[in-house]
Amino acid sequence: MPVSAPRNSPEADAVSRREFLVRLGITGALIAGSGLAAKKLWQPKHFVPGFEKEKGLQLRSYAPEISKVLPSLAIAHGTEHEKTIRAAMAALGGMERFIQNGDVVMIKPNVAFDRPPALAATTHPDALRAVAKLCFEAGAAKVIVADNPINSPTGCFLKSGLTAVASDMNLDLLYPETNSFAPLSLDGEILKEWTFFNTPFKHATKVIGLAPCKDHNLCHASMTTKNWYGLLGGRRNQFHQYIHSIVSDFALMMKPTLVILDGMNVLMSNGPTGGRLSDVKPMNTVVAGTDMIAVDAYGYSNLLERDIAELTYLHKANDRGLGNINWKDTLYKEVTV
Amino acid sequence: MKLNFDPKDLLKLRNVRRVAQVFFFTLFLFFVFVTDLRYLKGYPVSLFLELDPLVAFATAITTHTVYMGLMWSLLLILPTLLFGRIFCNWICPYGILHHFTGWLLGTRRADERERIESNRYKKLYSLKYVILIAMIAAAIGGTLQIGWLDPICLFHRSMSTVILPMLNLFFPSSIYVRQYFHVGAWIIGFLLLFLVGMNVVIPRFFCRVLCPLGAFLGTLSSVALWRIDRDTTKCVDCDLCLKGCEGASDPQTQLRKSECFVCFNCIEDCPEDALSFKFMPQLKHEVTAPVVPGRRAFLGTLIGLGFYAFGRTSGASARNYDKKVIRPPGSVEEIDFLDRCIKCDQCIRVCPTNVLQPALMESGLEGIWTPILNMKIGFCEVNCTLCGEVCPTGAIQRITIEEKTGTGPFDKEGPVKLGTAFFDQGRCLPWAMETPCVVCEEVCPVSPKAIFSREVTIIKRDGNPITLRRPYMDPALCIGCGICEHECPVTDEAAIRVTAIGETRSRDRRLLMDGGVTSAVRDLEKRQR
Repeated sequence: MPVSAPRNSPEADAVSRREFLVRLGITGALIAGSGLAAKKLWQPKHFVPGFEKEKGLQLRSYAPEISKVLPSLAIAHGTEHEKTIRAAMAALGGMERFIQNGDVVMIKPNVAFDRPPALAATTHPDALRAVAKLCFEAGAAKVIVADNPINSPTGCFLKSGLTAVASDMNLDLLYPETNSFAPLSLDGEILKEWTFFNTPFKHATKVIGLAPCKDHNLCHASMTTKNWYGLLGGRRNQFHQYIHSIVSDFALMMKPTLVILDGMNVLMSNGPTGGRLSDVKPMNTVVAGTDMIAVDAYGYSNLLERDIAELTYLHKANDRGLGNINWKDTLYKEVTV
Repeated sequence: MKLNFDPKDLLKLRNVRRVAQVFFFTLFLFFVFVTDLRYLKGYPVSLFLELDPLVAFATAITTHTVYMGLMWSLLLILPTLLFGRIFCNWICPYGILHHFTGWLLGTRRADERERIESNRYKKLYSLKYVILIAMIAAAIGGTLQIGWLDPICLFHRSMSTVILPMLNLFFPSSIYVRQYFHVGAWIIGFLLLFLVGMNVVIPRFFCRVLCPLGAFLGTLSSVALWRIDRDTTKCVDCDLCLKGCEGASDPQTQLRKSECFVCFNCIEDCPEDALSFKFMPQLKHEVTAPVVPGRRAFLGTLIGLGFYAFGRTSGASARNYDKKVIRPPGSVEEIDFLDRCIKCDQCIRVCPTNVLQPALMESGLEGIWTPILNMKIGFCEVNCTLCGEVCPTGAIQRITIEEKTGTGPFDKEGPVKLGTAFFDQGRCLPWAMETPCVVCEEVCPVSPKAIFSREVTIIKRDGNPITLRRPYMDPALCIGCGICEHECPVTDEAAIRVTAIGETRSRDRRLLMDGGVTSAVRDLEKRQR
């Protein structure tokens, strides 16, 4: 084909060889491209919505090494948060036993409700301050504070006084944001697949549960085991259909470094929300330990002063080997400030 | 007009095209007609939707998949990339409808000059590209809205909810055994009338101005290797080629490739034989790509993203979901549903009980004309999955009866639940009116029945004792089929009503922990012991 044909000849209308190939190439590439793309994206089979098998993340254990010498449960009596928590930790062998240099510590308070500290429905700011201080003293690089409250998260953290502690002490306060959750897989009695507040655990190397000791309308008591409820998202209002199974599943889900039960002021009635100062009773005690079931067993008998026989979830957890409800059988130490 | 008949005319391109048009239009009507339990057999009744490349393309954006039969759309992409928009004037049933009604209703048939003027390209015709851009932007945002104007979806929807019920109204039992009803059908009906009527003002108004599929195919046809070409040495600028130009693609000057419907009328209307369908003519004699001003395209993007954002933030697909949004069995969860449903309403057409209805505002702005169940009108037949069979996009997955009922190998998963029925004791005859009833228990189709009753003897107002049964609900067993509501004698607002809560498709909308599946199985075991 001549490159430049004389005017008015049939070739004047024809395209050059280069243009011919380019245009053929573009069209051919689009044909091939749409075919390949469709083949790659093809969904040849249906599925049954809602019954897809999904595999969620597995939470690792944050539990410390088992010690045969040091106690696993400490009970400290005192009148001031920091001193009493210090005493409890000292009885366990010091915070250094649990937190080492460079650790990123996730502290899980219970901030479920938008309540002032005096009503004892939430983790007390002085308790958080004391525990965070001990963590930093033990060499923690960073302390994260996170919870997924029932009431509005910003209000809960602000009015419980924890926002102020976090900003004072430069703690990382993580709110439960839309993208903070990921599916969790668990072989629980009821809890199998659930949406989990995952962001705090992306960096955390140690986990401390810091819970108030409270009455609970449905499951009798909310202490360190029930506290992990705040790590879950989704339709938590369904948990109440199997509350004791679910709370005992928390002991399977979370293997914390340490739990601390703040029994300085105990919500004795109208829990878990409280609302009157007369619901609160000063018990001047902090319980710390590595076994949340033992800690809660002490709390239920000695702080809420009730019959442990009725606290089904602790028995369920105990029977499944997730903790020891007979706290007196464990290596414990009781101190008074 | 020629008066004497020439047998050679039969083979003219125009007539070949007419044969194709009649064939595809008839095929479409056939598929629409046989989309019925009695005639369905194995006919691919959603074939036109599966051939529609805009459906495949837009759902690929929203779901990152091409669902089952949507692969057929490649069959249509291929000729478009080679020959241009032949679909629009050879295959598209909705285009053929407008072609025909435009001819039928058109007032300018007699006046050749007027016809020529009405077929000149107008700037307005770029609107369809802006519409397409808006719909693709909405899809990228996360909501599928092509169904509003995609011609195949629009035509199927009009057929299912307006034309067939209308035919059946005039000729009882010609289409349905009993008259079908569709909530808000009048809106869809008037929209159809408007679009057809606009052909009087602008020929092929819908195709030239609004059609997003035409815009999509027009964009693809930019690279077509064949097109109508004008021999300038022969052309005498008489403009007679415009006389029958369907696409208004300016064959009398530089051809607008993306507007041409490849109807071939111009070739036959040219008295000088200056026009031909040619392989790779020169680019300088054509307007290759669609003409869409950048600012309009930007505006289209804003409108599409805005539609998504405004719809989504109105909350109808989240916490503020409506109890009436009860989706067909096999439906994917709501957000995914809005990613897949093209509002073609094939499910509504095939539903043997008329329970499926086009939504108005129940599922929000995004869900207009998507299917929801209305138990006043019908109920979900337990042993039926026809809606999933005909759904071309997998908004309703093609589940089997065993998967739906949770039987056989799916015993462990349990049944697909659409919602949960709740008693309204104040309206219930045995609960509030000293009158025996329990029709609901009788018709409850699951075994063991989700509705059970307890016998009570009460003293009636007249002092005489009466023994009657009062119904209760086991939420773990209820599948939300709604036959209880449908059969309840309190017909204006039944004494038992299904709401969406408890549907298995969504974890967020389950009523019972584990969706009631575990507990249903447990309860069954308990009962068997």
